[in-house]
Amino acid sequence: MALSVDEAVSTGPARDHAPPSRRFGGRGRAVLEVALLTVLAVVMLFPVLWMIETSIKENRDVYAIPAKFFDFKVTMEHFKDVFVASGGGRSTLSASFLNSVLVAGVSTALATVLGVPAAWAYSRFSVKAKKDQLFFILSTRFMPPVVVVIPIFLMYRQVGLIDTKLGLILIYTAFNVPFTIWMMKGFVDEVPAEYEDAAMLDGYTRLQAFWRFTLPLLLPGIAATAVFALIFSWNEFVFAIFLTSSDDVRTAPPAIAGLIGGTTVDWGLVAAASVVFALPVLVFAYLVRKHLVAGVTLGAVRR
Amino acid sequence: MAGIEVSALHKRYPDGTVAVDHVDLSIRDGELFVMLGPSGCGKTTTLRAVAGLERQTTGDIRIGDTLVNDLPPADRDIAMVFQFYALYPHLRTRDNLAFPLRAEGLPKAEVRERVEEAARLMRLGPLLDRRPHRLSGGEQQRVALARALVRRPRAFLMDEPLTNLDAELRADMRTEIKHLQGELGTTMVYVTHDQVEAMSLGHRIAILNKGRVEQIGTPLEVYDRPASLFCAAFIGSPPMNLIEVEVADGKLRSQGGLALTPPPDLPRDRRLVAGVRPEALEVTEPGAEHSVPARVVSAEWLGDEIIYVVDHDGHRDVRVRMPPTVRFAADAPVGLRHTGGPPPVYDVSTEELVA
Ligand SMILES: Nc1ncnc2c1ncn2[C@@H]1O[C@H](COP(=O)(O)OP(=O)(O)OP(=O)(O)O)[C@@H](O)[C@H]1O
Ligand SMILES: [Mg+2]
Repeated sequence: MALSVDEAVSTGPARDHAPPSRRFGGRGRAVLEVALLTVLAVVMLFPVLWMIETSIKENRDVYAIPAKFFDFKVTMEHFKDVFVASGGGRSTLSASFLNSVLVAGVSTALATVLGVPAAWAYSRFSVKAKKDQLFFILSTRFMPPVVVVIPIFLMYRQVGLIDTKLGLILIYTAFNVPFTIWMMKGFVDEVPAEYEDAAMLDGYTRLQAFWRFTLPLLLPGIAATAVFALIFSWNEFVFAIFLTSSDDVRTAPPAIAGLIGGTTVDWGLVAAASVVFALPVLVFAYLVRKHLVAGVTLGAVRR
Repeated sequence: MAGIEVSALHKRYPDGTVAVDHVDLSIRDGELFVMLGPSGCGKTTTLRAVAGLERQTTGDIRIGDTLVNDLPPADRDIAMVFQFYALYPHLRTRDNLAFPLRAEGLPKAEVRERVEEAARLMRLGPLLDRRPHRLSGGEQQRVALARALVRRPRAFLMDEPLTNLDAELRADMRTEIKHLQGELGTTMVYVTHDQVEAMSLGHRIAILNKGRVEQIGTPLEVYDRPASLFCAAFIGSPPMNLIEVEVADGKLRSQGGLALTPPPDLPRDRRLVAGVRPEALEVTEPGAEHSVPARVVSAEWLGDEIIYVVDHDGHRDVRVRMPPTVRFAADAPVGLRHTGGPPPVYDVSTEELVA
């Protein structure tokens, strides 16, 4: 049966109706669940909450002992400091935010442009030693980045990519392409090849068939994959701190980390910068949440 | 419109699977040609090679007078209907139908006209503004057929288009397809593993097995004289009884003494098997004239007929089709006799028809 991805998502809520067997234990079980979830939420969310509080406290209240939870004066000073340098003009932090936007955005776009067609090819065509190739591609993600950072550093120095945005973009793309291929191959597998077959018989070339019929059906998957790639690039710290040094190349994670470590630490500024840093990803993930859920659950839906 | 010529088709997939070993087909212009065979025998692969969706390893395919080996699917001017209907999910019925025409770049007015015509032929009027997911399986299939029609291609290729429908709808659609093909006179290659479908639709049937053609013939030829033991066992429900026989003084006899009318020119000195249709046998009272003693093992009451399964000396499970008025109890001793004309006879070692 032809099933569009949006329908695939709409089957989700149906699962909320727990089957009778799962009602076993009823009320007591529900209370326990809620209690556990609350504890978990508090543990997980407290640092976030504290970060937000700190970012809007005056310095006096930030360092107050015992800590003030509620009765402090709200100020936006720290947020101003994030963007505006003390002598006026743009702050170095704001420059690193722009760098982050650029590096994460471009590397995600590149990984998508390279990875989606590759995933399509791996899914649709018989490629020699396909399984081995796919395993190799995945294997590049097995080791933690810190393992390769020294060799990459040396290579980058040779070719002059040290302390350049291009260098960061390339390395993030290299890390995101395998991920994109693997995620997207699953999505492409889900789209029946008959659409392309039919389109080719209707007079389109294979590429046109892919572009006009398969690609639109892949959009939710692409959105989900791109968000994950974006989050990786946006949050990446190890390469950023090793491969960049100057303020006009640095991305936000090393720049924020750089605020800590002087004789005095302006925690208000650190917190405000962190909030600003966390916000875009949250907003973005929220905006595409429908596609994210569709993307993550798509494989579970039989057609 | 055009005939289709497939010669010495061989397809080996990159993983080493030989899906089509050797297939020759000569499909006439305007013919409804059915390819029938068990799962995995290479029907789909053959059809996809004709469509150009799969490149054959060796062999030639001609559509009309054109050698199409190197033509992409778009340039072969054929339409295909898939088992999975492959309607574009984001398009309404109307646009699904119009799509192939727009791809050809036809003027708008003509597109509209042709869509209307196909919609009328397949009675899609009320469905034109729905998207595929709001159509039932049968409706989706009608849209898929209509989509094949609008292009007015030189040939239709159908890959088990009715498999996903329930039995009743399937019978309706079968009639509809047959009627449509007759009306349009367009060559159609129809793939199925359902012999009822094959028998009722096909002008001619090709029976495929393990990537080879076992037999090509009209439904009647295929039913009356299966060309090999495989065909004999495949066609008919229940299929032929395969009974080992010997030639003795001009008669054809089974071990248990059952006498069959012998076909002319029987070869000697070979082990032979006769293919006897269940309706060419008769269960009688024990001791009736020309009958051999047998025993009823079971009976399937099908309403309009009864299929008796009987044992007779040396042969187990011989199936006999009888009218529902003739009733014997299970385990009852009965007689068994042959009433039909000469049965087809096969050589046991070559499995081929010998007489
Ligand atoms: N893309 C492929 N790669 C490798 N082997 C394949 C491929 N497609 C089909 N085969 C194999 O080729 C053989 C013939 O397949 P084909 O799909 O032509 O059979 P079929 O007659 O259409 O069967 P069915 O009635 O089940 O549809 C099967 O053994 C199948 O496993
Ligand atoms: Mg098939």
